[in-house]
Amino acid sequence: MTTTAPEAGAYEAVFDATVAADERIEPRDWMPDAYRATLVRQIAQHAHSEIIGMQPEANWITRAPSLRRKAILMAKVQDEAGHGLYLYSAAETLGTGRDELLDKLHAGRQRYSSIFNYPTLTWADVGAIGWLVDGAAITNQVPLCRCSYGPYARAMVRICKEESFHQRQGYELLLALSRGTEAQHAMAQDAVDRWWWPSLMMFGPPDDESAHSAQSMAWKIKRHSNDELRQRFVDICVPQAESLGLALPDPDLRWNEERGHHDFGAIDWDEFHEVLRGNGPCNDQRINQRRQAHEEGAWVREAAAAYAGKHSEAHREAQA
Amino acid sequence: MTGAPVSTVPLSAALALGDDALVLSHRLGEWAGHAPVLEEEVALANIALDLLGQARTLLSLAGDEDELAYLREERAFRNVQLVEQPNGDFAHTIARQLYFATYQELLYGQLAAGDGPFAPLAAKAVKEVSYHRDHAEHWTLRLGDGTEESHRRMRAGLDDLWRFTGELFEPVDGLDVDWTALRDGWLTLVTKTVDQATLALPTGPQLGAWTAGAGRQGIHTEPFGRMIAEMQHLHRSHPGATW
Repeated sequence: MTTTAPEAGAYEAVFDATVAADERIEPRDWMPDAYRATLVRQIAQHAHSEIIGMQPEANWITRAPSLRRKAILMAKVQDEAGHGLYLYSAAETLGTGRDELLDKLHAGRQRYSSIFNYPTLTWADVGAIGWLVDGAAITNQVPLCRCSYGPYARAMVRICKEESFHQRQGYELLLALSRGTEAQHAMAQDAVDRWWWPSLMMFGPPDDESAHSAQSMAWKIKRHSNDELRQRFVDICVPQAESLGLALPDPDLRWNEERGHHDFGAIDWDEFHEVLRGNGPCNDQRINQRRQAHEEGAWVREAAAAYAGKHSEAHREAQA
Repeated sequence: MTGAPVSTVPLSAALALGDDALVLSHRLGEWAGHAPVLEEEVALANIALDLLGQARTLLSLAGDEDELAYLREERAFRNVQLVEQPNGDFAHTIARQLYFATYQELLYGQLAAGDGPFAPLAAKAVKEVSYHRDHAEHWTLRLGDGTEESHRRMRAGLDDLWRFTGELFEPVDGLDVDWTALRDGWLTLVTKTVDQATLALPTGPQLGAWTAGAGRQGIHTEPFGRMIAEMQHLHRSHPGATW
């Protein structure tokens, strides 16, 4: 912006008042550079998580054990691609295009949710991802439907509706396994044992260590703290696990009458930081597959661009 | 089969059409997470889901959909060999889509216009497959008339799969279809798209000497066995389980 200082001050006052009144900031409104940068970072990370998150589930499409489950899983993975599309579009309204964001993802300069660096080892993992990972994502994302940035908030309304369907299919898949044969029940329990703790880590570091939280709360990009959301998620999951007939792998998990919440055991933050640093079981695999798909698709994208170029030229010549 | 038929639906035809849709859907599902652009993740999954829906309806006419999909041996599948061919690069997948979706649209169009047992299903499916053909045609144009590399790859895709196209027009028992009209219509549509894409129709034979109608008789190509091994493994590992 080339505005002089007093004008910038006036713009900022309008921005602050809009946020304070719980109204939406729209793409053509003035916004502080840091607000824009925070949103681009967050929306990009969310978009990247959707497209990287397709991989662990797509891993089971070709092995889905019934045609009904196969149809549900394909539709779910397709939804995730669709979410990626809306989110990259939301980022584009802030002046950053999809190609630039993908380049940053492929170069390791932008992140995606660390949860997708864990492997899907059995069919039950598809259910555990739906129930726990999508469940945690919804807990995080529902408040984003009221985010101060309009395009992001609106994208989240649609995404949350679909995520809620994903969460239910995961629960239902696990229920079928839990009530199935002994081997199926064991498969479900094993998946929950492996996905429970990483799901709790999805809410991010504890509040006193969270780097971006305070400013995001002030801007109403974020509405609740990491620990509040994590507690909400635990409280939701405990009765659901009971209905599923599956145990949550935490001996310290119990109802605390005084707090009105469940207490739970200590999270292994060393593991969280290790995975974040790139040392999770699938970090390299996920990013390599993404890069490979992108590189192998380059000639297709070039062809589409060349075709569009030729035909818009031909169109212009015909008009002339 | 012994005794009177349980329905008026010709089982061999339900299996032939159902297996085509099931197998192609599976191959397209293999693209998930590997597509060249995000829009194609959505589009290929969409086509795969349409086909899977058709497969489920058709197989359910012939028996239990899961028993048929997961417990038959390779030799019992009745799909044409075209749909089981590995994805190859994106141009190969598009060539397979162009050949098959054009066939399927004309076939379902004829079935929908008749009063046979497949008319209701075909009437619904023809709308879906008309989108599949549109998708394949647009990509054939972009790739054929895009860059030198895409032109070369698209031509290779069309050439490599050409010898599997003859089987599409082998009559299927129980289907009231004018196969000659189907073949002529198919050739006209495919030729038009290929010409417009600055490509040429392959010149080799559309059938191998001994492969005429082979897929419909349960004779498949080697990659198919590996494909169904992967597809059936989990289901077969838990006999009698429900999912």
